[in-house]
Amino acid sequence: MKAPETEIRQAINDPALQLAIYTATGRFIDGRASVVSAEALPDYQALRNEANAIKKHTIENLDYYLEQLESNVIAQGGQVVYCRTGQEAADFVLDLAKKRGVHMLVKSKSMTSEEIQFNERLEEHQLEAVETDLGEYILQIAHQRPYHIVAPALHLTRYDVADVFTKELGVENEVVIEKQTKIARSVLRQKFLEADIGVSGANFLIADSGAIVVVENEGNARLSTSAPKIHIAIAGIEKVIPRAQDLAVFLNLLGRSATGQPLTAYTSFLSGPRRESEIDGPDEFYLLLLDNGRTKLLADPEKRQSLYCIRCGACLNHCPVYRKIGGHNYPWVYSGPIGAIITPQFHGVNQDTWLPFASSLCGACAEVCPVKIEIPKLLLKLRAEVVEVKRTEASDGLERLAFQLFAWIATHPKINILLASLGSVFFPLVPKIGPLKKWASQRTLPEPAKQNFHQWWASRRRSV
Amino acid sequence: MTAREQIFGDIRKALKRAVGQPTLFETAPSSSQELPAPTLRIPLSDRNLFADLFVQKFENLGGRSFRVRDTWAVVPAITELLTQKSAVASNSPFLRKCGVTGLAQVQAGFTDRDQLKEACAAADLGITSVDHALAATGTFVMLSGPHEARLVSLLPPVHIAIFPRSRILANLDELLSILPRPADQTSSMVLITGPSRTADIEQILVRGVHGPGEIYAVIVDEE
Repeated sequence: MKAPETEIRQAINDPALQLAIYTATGRFIDGRASVVSAEALPDYQALRNEANAIKKHTIENLDYYLEQLESNVIAQGGQVVYCRTGQEAADFVLDLAKKRGVHMLVKSKSMTSEEIQFNERLEEHQLEAVETDLGEYILQIAHQRPYHIVAPALHLTRYDVADVFTKELGVENEVVIEKQTKIARSVLRQKFLEADIGVSGANFLIADSGAIVVVENEGNARLSTSAPKIHIAIAGIEKVIPRAQDLAVFLNLLGRSATGQPLTAYTSFLSGPRRESEIDGPDEFYLLLLDNGRTKLLADPEKRQSLYCIRCGACLNHCPVYRKIGGHNYPWVYSGPIGAIITPQFHGVNQDTWLPFASSLCGACAEVCPVKIEIPKLLLKLRAEVVEVKRTEASDGLERLAFQLFAWIATHPKINILLASLGSVFFPLVPKIGPLKKWASQRTLPEPAKQNFHQWWASRRRSV
Repeated sequence: MTAREQIFGDIRKALKRAVGQPTLFETAPSSSQELPAPTLRIPLSDRNLFADLFVQKFENLGGRSFRVRDTWAVVPAITELLTQKSAVASNSPFLRKCGVTGLAQVQAGFTDRDQLKEACAAADLGITSVDHALAATGTFVMLSGPHEARLVSLLPPVHIAIFPRSRILANLDELLSILPRPADQTSSMVLITGPSRTADIEQILVRGVHGPGEIYAVIVDEE
């Protein structure tokens, strides 16, 4: 796949969009910097090292921790459903909804569900899935995909939102953000109270407790997991961590890296359906564990570290490429540097071949990654793979001819020496003529040696 | 082959497990990277300062707090907030002790989920206690159970939490040292750090999206 050059140019030349991206990512950058500074969090680097070590250990023992998780979820009265693909996840939910006579479900924000086009799959079968995160809700009724892992509607202004609300909700041109939020609250409140199924993602799966952790600011995830009678959580198999106590590391990093919050407004630890003595909460709990390409990533000892990602979005915010081209010019739901890595891997290297090249390799992403994924190194590796695939598949005829010619010259010394001495004659002309004129005008070129090595060697022998 | 069998097969293949190697769940995990022992960072500060730190952090987030001497002083402190309002209170014994559940405008004693949900959806205020509070972040910690339901602190637009000062811990790390596995005790433990908030439109902060936009803490010095 080639880079969408027209769309990228459009994004770069749209001043309103550029301002929106720069302001939003700039705020995230400042927010993060203020809470991970040496004064605010002296142990920040130690926490990153611990997070990396825990993730590395868990991913290298993924079978062990998944089994432990599974048995503990079951012990808490929940059920675990393994899904190889998004279709399997959607089929399970459709089937359950049919059995329980459910026609509408509420959803809290989940990148994993975006990844598998969950809503679209359900809607094909007339099961309505209502996004309840404000940004996701706006995008859903505007029929757009998320622009950013953490701030999905980052690219829309209040005026865009007003247009969407007028068109889709019949609300007269409302441009005050507080009032727009109130409108969404009242529409969605009704949905929360009516829905019989709530679907959430999970930021962490805790093996030793059979629990999931959901981190959010709005309260929609709490509502989605508490008000309906059935709670379904969807998560990638890589989200598992060994112990609840490991959250002391991960929760101290996630909110800070994502939005600059030491803790987000709500952090929910949820396990199974409500207990005997509890007054409210769901009657049924299902944990859908999704592969969808993750085991393929696991098979590569170097690239498997991209499974450590906790989806904080810091690498997007700090990426000079993301900040210019924006989120929609990446071909899939995961944008930015981490998206450039996991997208080709989830889809197979042959597709999206431009992605590993959409980086200046400045290393900002690796510097801010809370779990220390070596993003630039992985991008380089992916570049090498793309080149390798190209070379073996259908390589450039001219390039092949050039190298064959070079090989022939290099293995025929007399011709080689002749051409080299011709080169020293023509080399000084490079700055004056030809396609390199402009490039060379800014540079001082080295003088070719008066004698080449063979001539010098021959003269030295004679003198000895 | 079931999806489970295939996924586990693929994982074992990817991790180069030997054929016939027993299920790792029955043995200790092995890896080039040992699992580090949990590191909990609990500051050794004076516990008497926790309430002040909590108030400072809580108010920075947009919460409002009241410090009262004893349980007798709770009702007078919140009377103004309750004027002309309807409220639902949780079944926390501490609220009963403070006399909150006896107030005319307060509904309490719910044991049925649907009735509770209906009452919370209609109420102006939700009143709860907390199981713990975290000083470092201004956080309420609430465990769902017979005394605290999930929806009381969630559906009404205003949340008031009333709790003794002794329940304030240093930070998240101390909480996890006391509750190493919260799931053993409850299906739901929630950390509430400030009011419900969003910045999804133009990064402008708006409070009270889906949860309460106003939150209050009433800290009782002597139980």
